[in-house]
Amino acid sequence: MLKGSVGLIALGSLLLSGAAVAQEKIKVGVTATLEGTYTVLGEDGIRGFQTALNTLGKKVGDKELEFVIASTDATPDSAVRAVRKLIEQDKVQILLSPLSGDEGIAVKNFAKTRPELTFINAASGAQETTYVDPAPNFFRYNMDGAQWQTGLGKYAYDTKGYRKIATVGEDYSFIYTQVFGLVLEFCGAGGQVTNRQWVPLGTKDFASVIAALPDDVDAIYLGLGGADAVNFLNQYQQAGGKAHLMGGSIMIDQTILSSKGSAKNALIGTIAASGQADTWEDPGWQKFVKAYQDSFPPNKRFPSPSLLATNYYGSTMALILALRQVNGDLSNNQAKLKEALAKIELDAPNGKIKLDSNRQAIGTNFVTEVVDDGKGALFSKVVKVIPNVNQTLGYDPAVFAKIGLPSRTVPECKKY
Amino acid sequence: MSLTQLHAPATAVERPRFRAWPELNNPAAWLVALILLIMPLIASGFFLIEIFGTTLILGIIALSLMFLAGYGGMVSLMQLTIAGFAGYMVAVFGVSGNANISLGWPWWLATPMALVLATIFGTLGGALAVRTEGIYTIMITLAIGAAFYYFTNQNWAIFNGHTGINTVATPHVLGIDWRSDIPFYYLILAVAALCYFAVQYVSRAPFGLALQGVRDNARRMAALGFNVNAHRVAAYAFASFIAGLGGVLQVWNYRQISPGSVGVERCIDILIIAVVGGITRPIGPFIGALIFVILRTFALDVLIKFGLDGNRFRLLIGLGFLAIVFWSSDGVIGLWERWRRRQARSPSSTAGSRHG
Repeated sequence: MLKGSVGLIALGSLLLSGAAVAQEKIKVGVTATLEGTYTVLGEDGIRGFQTALNTLGKKVGDKELEFVIASTDATPDSAVRAVRKLIEQDKVQILLSPLSGDEGIAVKNFAKTRPELTFINAASGAQETTYVDPAPNFFRYNMDGAQWQTGLGKYAYDTKGYRKIATVGEDYSFIYTQVFGLVLEFCGAGGQVTNRQWVPLGTKDFASVIAALPDDVDAIYLGLGGADAVNFLNQYQQAGGKAHLMGGSIMIDQTILSSKGSAKNALIGTIAASGQADTWEDPGWQKFVKAYQDSFPPNKRFPSPSLLATNYYGSTMALILALRQVNGDLSNNQAKLKEALAKIELDAPNGKIKLDSNRQAIGTNFVTEVVDDGKGALFSKVVKVIPNVNQTLGYDPAVFAKIGLPSRTVPECKKY
Repeated sequence: MSLTQLHAPATAVERPRFRAWPELNNPAAWLVALILLIMPLIASGFFLIEIFGTTLILGIIALSLMFLAGYGGMVSLMQLTIAGFAGYMVAVFGVSGNANISLGWPWWLATPMALVLATIFGTLGGALAVRTEGIYTIMITLAIGAAFYYFTNQNWAIFNGHTGINTVATPHVLGIDWRSDIPFYYLILAVAALCYFAVQYVSRAPFGLALQGVRDNARRMAALGFNVNAHRVAAYAFASFIAGLGGVLQVWNYRQISPGSVGVERCIDILIIAVVGGITRPIGPFIGALIFVILRTFALDVLIKFGLDGNRFRLLIGLGFLAIVFWSSDGVIGLWERWRRRQARSPSSTAGSRHG
């Protein structure tokens, strides 16, 4: 009898599946890290996505876009599970996914098993995703972690006069890529990176990390994000840390600069580099900031969009504009859409973006410095704008390939 | 407990066939078997693999816990770790996208290797755990699970750290891609059936009966001349093999494995599955897994349908489990047994407990 009722449950759940039939709408699946260490980043990513919908609208010709959002926790297996759920249960035709580095590598690999669908990277920034064995149906409109560090090494060496630095970073692909970009440029300019510390994603106790920070360096580079970054800053301040700081792209970001408490004040004056700068004068950027602020009440958003919001905005924009170019035509395994996506040149809020032959963004990068706006809110102020940053960071592709893939120890600190 | 008494008649040498395999005599069991066999005709790809396939895989892993806890009285939280270890070994010895790590062996060599290593791993863990009882067993096995998680997260030479191993190759035999939906479903079903009947069989074999004796009164069994610890370690070895099978299917299912797949919360999921389903009988874990998978998959949609914040979907899952455990401390199986007993009491008190 029990087994019979199991059968009934089984049959009942099958009936549910009948509800998800295809319709005139175009279904798009979105994933964001709405759980775990990067929850704050995922939430702001979704805000950027919604800002794009508010600005651009959901209509493509006579079809309407319908979105399904799934939650992940920055681990690759959660991303693959979410993407599979969106495709198989919700029957989405296009994916806007994922947010975090290792998720990106896993989703790119998954994309190869579904060549008929289109995958648009939402915000993830590991180099490997588009550099090694890229998937033909995976498009990335944000730069990778190394591109986002362009300009920082030279600025630190030439203008700030730092000669020796140490790094602390989360132990996964995106931060490896960030440190990769930093080390290449800083060591290329003649600087030295004496010590690289790696902490697991989701670390809460940084006491041993802080105790092991070297004293004889000019600055400490922090490649942390989300809850990890806030925890580090709190404990660093309590430990009386006074060193000059340098920050990665998700460290010097509104997700951290708008956090509660005074620990973030340790970041005033910190130099960083990222795919955006909060106070950039460009009218396109200012318009985006306004749209973001108008879309949400002040207590439900950051004072200014984070890098994640900008990335989700850019990816959503690319998708909607490309869909409009082909008038929503998804026939023939979405061939027209894929072609349009590969060719499209975006006038994104954070500068012009176009794709290279690996479908990886070539875009604009910003070197910034953290300033206090006088009312206690922190922003990143533009120091330098660097246009047309490509994935090989201006190196000859053959030379770049010899450096190796970003990891705990790659690249070595030398001039390539 | 009552279970052993129920087993007692089954030890008789000349037992009738239906006593050995009660399923053969149960129309409901035949119906379930039939539904499971024709499932590909009625279920779409998503339901076939994401719901029923995943249910059977999680059920296999939870079955290994049910065997240890139900027949051996040992609650092991490392069953998922063993499964994950087997999955990692398939990825490391077999073919994957990480050519610098994977050795590239063909699947028919990599899979047995993974199963053997997982069995050894589980047996060693078991040998450690059998020196303890009750809550200490839970602590030790949880520690093994947590240690393995952190190790995979930090080790780049073998486990490729937080990124894990992607694009794990799946077997192609006899011109069939065994990872395409329908063959994969039947593969999982066959392995699940095999494990189910193996546990059913072992529970009635002399070894299984001795194990239940050890569970009920270890000192008496020792006095009777049984080597208590050897029986327990052997039980861990058997359970590890089953968990390893589940792990191999799991890695073929997702084609990737990373530390998140072997996290501590996943270990606890397996315990929840076994407890919700009921650890007195091998069917329990499969029922628990079905409830778990359905809740995990649909809780978010249900909340949104009722206009609530979808981010609270874990709350719904938790409440579901609380409700089941509140109404029945021995899971869904317990609910059903109580219902059966009440039914049997009212008309005529026939032998209501046919199960083994």
